[in-house]
Amino acid sequence: MRILEGQGVSKYFGGLAAVSDVDFHIDQGEIVGLIGPNGAGKTTLFNLVSAAFPISSGEIRFKGHKLNGLKPHRICKMGVSRTFQETKVFGNMPVIQNVLVGAFFGSPKRISAADAAGEASRALEFAGLSAMAGHLIQDLTLVNQKRVEVARALATRPELLLLDELMAGLNPTEVSEAMELVTKIRDTGITIFMVEHVMKAIMGICERILVLHHGEKIAEGTPKEIATNKTVIEIYLGEETRAGN
Amino acid sequence: MDITRLLTRYRKLLVAGFIILVLIFLTTFPLYGNDYYVKLLTFILMMTVLAVSWAMFSGTTGYMSLATAAFFGVGIMATAFLEGTLPFPLIIVIGGLLASALAFLIGLVTLRLKGIYFAIFTFGFVMFIGQVAYYIDVHILNNAWGHDLPLANPGTLLYWMLGLTVVTLLIIHFIRRSRYGLALLSIGGNEEAAEHMGINTTMAKVMLFTISAVFMGAAGAIYAPALIHVEARIAFNVFNSFTPILMAIFGGMGQFHGPIIGAVVYGYLDRTLRSELQEYFMVIFGVILVVVILFLPNGITGLIATLRDKLGGVIAKWRKGGQAEEHANT
Amino acid sequence: MLEALPRLIITGIMDGSIYGLLAMGLTLQYGVCQVLNISHGEFLMLAAMLTWTLTDALGISPLLAVAIVGPLLFAIGFLLQTTLFRTLKKRTPSPPVFEGSALLIAFGLFYIISFAARRNWGARDYVNTILVDRVSFLGTSVALNQIIAFVIAVAVGVAVYLFLSRTRPGRAIRATAEDPATAGLMGVNTNMILAFSFGLGALMAGIGGVMTSWRNPISTYIGFNNTVIALVVVTLGGLGSVPGSFIAGIMIGIVSRLVSGLWNPLLIVPVYYAILMILLLVKPAGLLGKR
Repeated sequence: MRILEGQGVSKYFGGLAAVSDVDFHIDQGEIVGLIGPNGAGKTTLFNLVSAAFPISSGEIRFKGHKLNGLKPHRICKMGVSRTFQETKVFGNMPVIQNVLVGAFFGSPKRISAADAAGEASRALEFAGLSAMAGHLIQDLTLVNQKRVEVARALATRPELLLLDELMAGLNPTEVSEAMELVTKIRDTGITIFMVEHVMKAIMGICERILVLHHGEKIAEGTPKEIATNKTVIEIYLGEETRAGN
Repeated sequence: MDITRLLTRYRKLLVAGFIILVLIFLTTFPLYGNDYYVKLLTFILMMTVLAVSWAMFSGTTGYMSLATAAFFGVGIMATAFLEGTLPFPLIIVIGGLLASALAFLIGLVTLRLKGIYFAIFTFGFVMFIGQVAYYIDVHILNNAWGHDLPLANPGTLLYWMLGLTVVTLLIIHFIRRSRYGLALLSIGGNEEAAEHMGINTTMAKVMLFTISAVFMGAAGAIYAPALIHVEARIAFNVFNSFTPILMAIFGGMGQFHGPIIGAVVYGYLDRTLRSELQEYFMVIFGVILVVVILFLPNGITGLIATLRDKLGGVIAKWRKGGQAEEHANT
Repeated sequence: MLEALPRLIITGIMDGSIYGLLAMGLTLQYGVCQVLNISHGEFLMLAAMLTWTLTDALGISPLLAVAIVGPLLFAIGFLLQTTLFRTLKKRTPSPPVFEGSALLIAFGLFYIISFAARRNWGARDYVNTILVDRVSFLGTSVALNQIIAFVIAVAVGVAVYLFLSRTRPGRAIRATAEDPATAGLMGVNTNMILAFSFGLGALMAGIGGVMTSWRNPISTYIGFNNTVIALVVVTLGGLGSVPGSFIAGIMIGIVSRLVSGLWNPLLIVPVYYAILMILLLVKPAGLLGKR
């Protein structure tokens, strides 16, 4: 079943096209990766799905429902949740409360305090944070703050989870742990759509990969197909050459 | 068992006891206190309501509202017009509701603006409503000489204001502990993330703005009789938007009791110094505003907290030093 | 009523040139220093009152007073930035918190300056006008002081615009307004730029104030209304846009004369606020604004 679908998705900022006429789809239960050089429009596409800002043209559908024009909180209640590139945890409350927010407000129906607390502890345990429930956010390392973001998103009971550069800034051990966590999440039935720069993670756990460049989709396929795709190699090699200069 | 441990264990009891003492003091005061002090207390309580209501919204959401004077003024005018025609409790409710209706409308249209635009808008709104009220009152309704209100019993006014203060503080307390309060806290933490976790941030902010305006309007309605003579231009004075801000920041916004402390201090100083110092009072007000913003952004309570931390550090070091000596001697 | 139109428009443009000058100063202070100086009008008032004092105490011609009061106000602005706002920036680096706090500090300054002035000069009106003779200009009778003020306002406005767009220091200022961090990395002395820009803004308010004293009676109360005008103009022209401020100033000048002449002078101020609020709702970025 196609859980997420985009047709002709475009986003203009002034005259500049950040995302240009992108078609994409994600089937339920998949882990799909979104890669591309910096400025390719990856986070913008995410922001269009979660309605952080409005789409310029095209359509995005979640489980058949049009997302155009909906506000982020509505989309969350429909079953789409996300993490952010610059970890947007709530710095003014302890870990457990961060996750509680997701539990309380992520569900479409009003949920009792007891149920929300249960939901929150489950999410914390899943993300391996049970021991730190009472800690303040400031006292947490980056990787743990990211875990909090994931737990918080999970507490909203999503069917689709958007992960925006989860592995950024993590060392190789942490990356492997994160990869395990992502697979574990998918195994509970949640579809995953992830933006990543860390190739090991993308190649390791994604079943399908979309490649964006200058806002356009230039390739799509399995990790093996993408790794051997001439255009993709060119743009990444091109990036490296330019970076080398 | 040392004092600090005693204090922490029975903290809740101590606070409750303190509150009860204050309430007893305030309710019995009119029986033996002279009118001047009764009025002073009423003024301080009114300032408390304004400061706390302002901090409730602006402190939580981070949107600096300068509309306090508008909501307060609406309450004053409600009493000015309805006094005599309706019972006082009803007027108070109407004052609060009118102010909240205004807040709801403004909130809906402006809370999507960026912070500084919201501040300018609310500032312009106070001025605008003052001008419009003046124009209507003087040129259309022909009340060129303003409204005279009958002398009210200072004790009665104190009780009304005390009642409003208690209600305001209770409601704020329960909001903070509710899931709505959690939503507000998360908006203050990171608004974008809050919205993505299912919170309708716009409506949450609008509702909070509306609720804060109820208290401000009610405070105006209750305080009006103390002014004796009311005119539209005086009722909507933008200075009444700044004083709650100064009180809240001076007292310390992070805590519940910060604005209360600020209001008590400011309220007392205003009443005692304003008539003597006149222009100098305003100059000093400006200076204190600048100094507080620059050097005391966490207010008095923040300062005390910092001092306590530092003092605690010093005591801990001193204790450690003592222990080291002991070990050295054995 | 329509015969009055040309006169209203011409005098409106002349009023507006001073509004534009004032607004340019405000927009400069906000665009470069991130301070929405709500006490801006008080600087205008201060300049006007100082001009009177100079004339009264030292017999200095109000025309010449520009040369004294202008630099004095520049210095005050310069000092305020280096002391108050630089300290604030160090303590609150986060931009939205800084803006809010700077706004509050500016309110504090408003109270300090206006009430100190009230203490010193009292509440009365002072008349220090010059060149009141009327001449015929484009078919309308206008006072000489209005024409001179208009010419000077335009000249200063153009000069500042050219300074900002064509000279190296001007470019440094614009770079700092755009991206202070990068500008600093490129070798720009951002502290100096900020202080200079704030001073320049104050200077423009100062020139506006001196010229206002040429044309109208003045008092310690004129500051606030001028701040409101500057706010409306700046919002219309776009917070941060220098040319936008000037154009918007002219427009507001015309609007205010039209409202006063065709409708009711009492309604000018409410109309200002109404325009301000409508603008903020409809197009807060203004005509040429960048934010």
